[in-house]
Amino acid sequence: MLIDWFTVGAQVLNFLLLVWLMKRFLYKPILQAIDEREKRIAAQVADAHTIKAEAQRERDEFRRKNESFDQERAARLNKAMDETNAERHRLLDGARQEADGARANWQEALRGEHRNLKQDLTRRVGEEVFSIARKTLADLATTALEERVGEVFIRRLRAMDGRTKDELAATLRTASTPAVVRSAFALPAEQRAAIQHALNETFSADVRLQFEIKSELVSGIELITNGHKLAWSIADYLASLEQRVGELLKEKDQTDATVEPALHPNGESQAHTTSP
Amino acid sequence: MRLSPDEMIFWQQGFLKLNATIVFTWGLMLALAVGSKLITRNLSMDLTRSRWQNVLEILVLAIEKQIKEVGLRRPDRYLTFLGTLFLFVGMASLSTVIPGYEPPTGSLSTTAALALCVFVAVPFFGIKEQGMGGYLRSYAEPTAIMLPFNIISELSRTLALAIRLFGNMMSGAMILAILLTITPFFFPIVMTALGLLTGMVQAYIFSILAAVYIAAATRVRESTPELET
Repeated sequence: MLIDWFTVGAQVLNFLLLVWLMKRFLYKPILQAIDEREKRIAAQVADAHTIKAEAQRERDEFRRKNESFDQERAARLNKAMDETNAERHRLLDGARQEADGARANWQEALRGEHRNLKQDLTRRVGEEVFSIARKTLADLATTALEERVGEVFIRRLRAMDGRTKDELAATLRTASTPAVVRSAFALPAEQRAAIQHALNETFSADVRLQFEIKSELVSGIELITNGHKLAWSIADYLASLEQRVGELLKEKDQTDATVEPALHPNGESQAHTTSP
Repeated sequence: MRLSPDEMIFWQQGFLKLNATIVFTWGLMLALAVGSKLITRNLSMDLTRSRWQNVLEILVLAIEKQIKEVGLRRPDRYLTFLGTLFLFVGMASLSTVIPGYEPPTGSLSTTAALALCVFVAVPFFGIKEQGMGGYLRSYAEPTAIMLPFNIISELSRTLALAIRLFGNMMSGAMILAILLTITPFFFPIVMTALGLLTGMVQAYIFSILAAVYIAAATRVRESTPELET
């Protein structure tokens, strides 16, 4: 008999016991552990989701803040740049104006200096020219020349026109002091007599005369009485020439001063254009 | 020639006896219980766990998955019974590598006992799932004429279950014994390896068939699309 019923019963019991043992020692703890772990993993995943959501929220917040910060910074930067540019332009304009003013002053000073220099030069040249003329004529002047001068003086005396002659005659008549005859050299007695004679004839009176020597006349004779003067001398010619030259130069300077700025407002080529 | 380890009797007093089947079964029970206890003593609930715990978890989850695939919707209810069936039969086969060991499943008494357990378990789970009336009605499905056939089918499949396992295990042990007497060295090793494979296949078939019977008993009144075996 292949089946032993006692063994069958024993094996059934054994198997049931084994089922209980397995449940007790294997399935229950293992399944429990698995469930526990799954629960824990689920909790961790949930936590991770929460943290992720939080991180996402924080990231968004941070990004938003960052963007607003960037915008604000850009705006401020632009504003600062605008202000800086405006300030720069203002300063540049100021500096330009100052430079223009300084340059104008400098140009004015330069022009003044130039004018002064020119005037000085002109004056000196004139002085030199007249000094040379005076010296030359003084060197040439001799007694013989003085005689000629005396003759000329007498001729002019005689050739005086009516009105001048009347005025001078009246002055001579009313003068309390004798009339003064000045000459560069001492006149010889004949010449003095000739002058006296000519005066007496011309004014039909006895004119009292006083002869003086004045070397500044260079060469010539002058009659001075009570504010009136009748003269013929080279010095007079030179003086009148010098006066006219001086007037001419003054006119020219004024013309230069008014014309130059109009022609050369920037004054850069002034040296070339204003040089005579 | 000994066909069954039942015949190897260590102790006997009247009806009571202690044969090799019972002794080896005890040995297997002891090994399984102690091994499980040792491994599950320090179970880790964290993400990291020991190697042996991993092995057991894989095993248990694989059995659970198989039960689910058979069509039982609540595998945790049947895991203890079906899992223990698989583990016992499987361990009994695997242990044949131990010299002097004879698988208790090579005894018709043992397989009959296991088949009896299945035979009882099927109506037990069926009644538990759908009530006494519902379960009994399933024998008269689709018509009352089918009642005797259903009863015969129930009995015969239990017998077939017992005989199939016995035949396979016994034949494996017998072939090994016969080959050992004829060609003592190389060939029995190959056959032992083959026996390990067939033993595991038998363990799988036994528990899957039990699961299918239970599934049939518990889901007989449910709609057919859910029978996805």
